[in-house]
Amino acid sequence: MPSLLRLKVNGVAVEVPPGTTAAAAAVLARQACRTSVTGAPRGPLCGMGICFECRMTINGKPHSRSCQILCEPEMDLRTNG
Amino acid sequence: MVSVRQFDVLVIGGGPAGLAAAVRAADRGARIGIVDDNVHLGGQIWRQSLQDGPVLDAAKWLERLQTARVEILAGTRIFDQLEAGVLLAESGDDLCQLRHDKLILATGARERFLPFPGWTLPNVMGAGGLQAMVKSGLPIAGNRVVVAGTGPLLLAVAAYLRKHGAQIPVLCEQASWSSLARFTWSLLGQPAKIHQGLQLKKELTGVPFATDSWPIAAEGKDVLESVTISRQGKLVTIPCDYLACGFHLVPNTELASLLGCQLRGGYVQVDDFQQTTVPRVLCAGEPTGIGGVELAIVEGQIAGLAAIGHNDSARELFAERKKLRKFAGALATTFQLRPELRQLPSPETIVCRCEDVPLSRLRTQPSWRASKLQTRCGMGPCQGRICGPATEFLFNWNPDSVRPPVFPARVESLATATASPEPQHVAPIGGQG
Repeated sequence: MPSLLRLKVNGVAVEVPPGTTAAAAAVLARQACRTSVTGAPRGPLCGMGICFECRMTINGKPHSRSCQILCEPEMDLRTNG
Repeated sequence: MVSVRQFDVLVIGGGPAGLAAAVRAADRGARIGIVDDNVHLGGQIWRQSLQDGPVLDAAKWLERLQTARVEILAGTRIFDQLEAGVLLAESGDDLCQLRHDKLILATGARERFLPFPGWTLPNVMGAGGLQAMVKSGLPIAGNRVVVAGTGPLLLAVAAYLRKHGAQIPVLCEQASWSSLARFTWSLLGQPAKIHQGLQLKKELTGVPFATDSWPIAAEGKDVLESVTISRQGKLVTIPCDYLACGFHLVPNTELASLLGCQLRGGYVQVDDFQQTTVPRVLCAGEPTGIGGVELAIVEGQIAGLAAIGHNDSARELFAERKKLRKFAGALATTFQLRPELRQLPSPETIVCRCEDVPLSRLRTQPSWRASKLQTRCGMGPCQGRICGPATEFLFNWNPDSVRPPVFPARVESLATATASPEPQHVAPIGGQG
């Protein structure tokens, strides 16, 4: 078993196995991926990069589709505002 | 940075159809490339699972792909066509020009989502959507998952989730018991499908399967807490952690439309050799009709062989394709959406999730085009991929022509795409008056 990766979602620490997507880490950390234009929390819907509901700010880069991005050590995930 | 790649045959989509196409096209040393926007090839049905590794059938094709020295461009997304024979793609921060002699579109399908109160809450996901999340590392053991919607995917997803430790309080299928019975009957000539069906039935032993049932509302404060379903006419509220909900599949035809391929009844029109109405562009798998993995593999092989001129070998697969297309026909009839589902959204229910447009603002619009202009429905980053099929069902609206970029792209990509590495003639700004 490879060692777990440590990362933070809105400051909440989570540990995930390598190969986990950022979207899965966000759901695991119970954090919304983005806030909608009327201020509602949203999480992943399609899981395949089409719906854009899983957009997060990842390592400072906004609008990153978290379901298409693999977790890396010390990654910083934030709810896309 | 712009890189330019040249291929004899370029395949778009790394699912079953795309893999089969690339492998068969690579027979005679032609330069073949396969593009997928996901991190790994396999597509949705063959999505690699973190816990279980690659799906067995996929592994076979992936191995052949490696032996055939097909160039794999994963994590690469096509966003526009520069000119016939040149596609533009983004890969991470890089921009690529993908030049090709023949193009095979194997862009697959996505789930159809229908709006109902609460469907925008976190942890309400597509059925395939939740499965993809679990395959990509989301732990599901011990969680309660209501599975609902329509189509055979629901069974496969429920079985998968259960195998990984989820509890399934109920599986709701909107189709009627009688239409499912007719569907089962229609499979009699297809032993492989019957075998799959029996296998699923075994894996789902003890899971309540409710026909004529569908979700009415998802409830929760900031995250899903329960789902109310209409179970054969009776309303039941079920506490749960996830709702996995999809209403069968719709084809991904956006790229085909952008290239000018004609559609018929929503599907890409192809001839016997999977050739579209645009010269040198072929199409295989779900975009030509929702028919499942076996049909996709056969169509992919035909397209791959036809692309390198092996028409005789392609012809040998026609009979098999014809048989499998019957299954596609049965799918469409069985899992037709019942009209009651049009009543699911309330006036406040969000229909367009990107722009938060509620049903009440759409009801007064005469068309998809008008709703885009007046309400911004379909104008967000998904470009109507989610709300388009929903409004097609709710209001019988037809989608408009597709305009570039076919997926959101970075401004740098859009700016450099036309400027380099071989500068195109660009009219001076304001030159057109």
